[in-house]
Amino acid sequence: LNGELKFHYTVHTSLDVVEEKISGVGKALADQRELYLGLLYPTEDYKVYGYVTNSKVKFVIVVDSSNTSLRDNEIRSMFRKLHNSFTDVMCNPFYNPGDPIQSKAFDSIVSTMMVQAC
Amino acid sequence: MADNALFEFLHMEIVAHVYKEQATREDIDKERVTCVSTLELMGFRVGQGLIERFTKDCPTFKDDLDIMKFLCKDLWSTIFKKQIDNLRTNHQGTYVLQDNKFALLTQFSSGKQYLEEAPKYLAFSCGLIRGALSNLGLESVVTAEVSLMPSCKFQVVIQKL
Repeated sequence: LNGELKFHYTVHTSLDVVEEKISGVGKALADQRELYLGLLYPTEDYKVYGYVTNSKVKFVIVVDSSNTSLRDNEIRSMFRKLHNSFTDVMCNPFYNPGDPIQSKAFDSIVSTMMVQAC
Repeated sequence: MADNALFEFLHMEIVAHVYKEQATREDIDKERVTCVSTLELMGFRVGQGLIERFTKDCPTFKDDLDIMKFLCKDLWSTIFKKQIDNLRTNHQGTYVLQDNKFALLTQFSSGKQYLEEAPKYLAFSCGLIRGALSNLGLESVVTAEVSLMPSCKFQVVIQKL
């Protein structure tokens, strides 16, 4: 449980960095309007990556610092998969936007990705 | 193309069904208001889901006008197989989208016949627009008006907090 709390904290603090990056879009160049935000900030133990959809949904991936084999394009493809699964959840008539996601399909895609990354 | 007709028929049936359900209860005055709200809410939820799918591969939108242009061109083409014919704005949050041949009204008439029935068939689409904008971060009020079928105008007023 202690470990989970640390992750929640890491993700929450990374939201500030996400906000900073997306609010800078208007002033930045037109072609910087990508959904993938890249490495948000590194800590001692973790690297945190971010991604924002057009519907302002934020995805955050926290990776162990010791995992140096994960390359940028792999992280990008993980975010694409997350975005695709999330879109499917959104289109599910039994899902009410804003509620916690309870879709088993979504959970299994996330679990598979996490296993593959390790 | 078969898929256009499928949605048009389904939409007509949805409207008929919602009104039939309401007719079994009393109070004629309330009937119109609740039916329109039901249809609008349906459109809202559909709009939310649709926009998630359609903006999956787009870059981030620059501003509100960019979003409205996307709605008029890409979203309208995907759903109604044509673009919005005219977009006007006062640059202060109000937009008027004019469709001269709205797909869901073409089967009714080419003039004033059945004009009183038209609003029922626009409620869902108003909700669709509102849902799409809401999921993109813009709360709005969407209304529609028809004076000569099959042309109609959707008025979108963005609610600033």
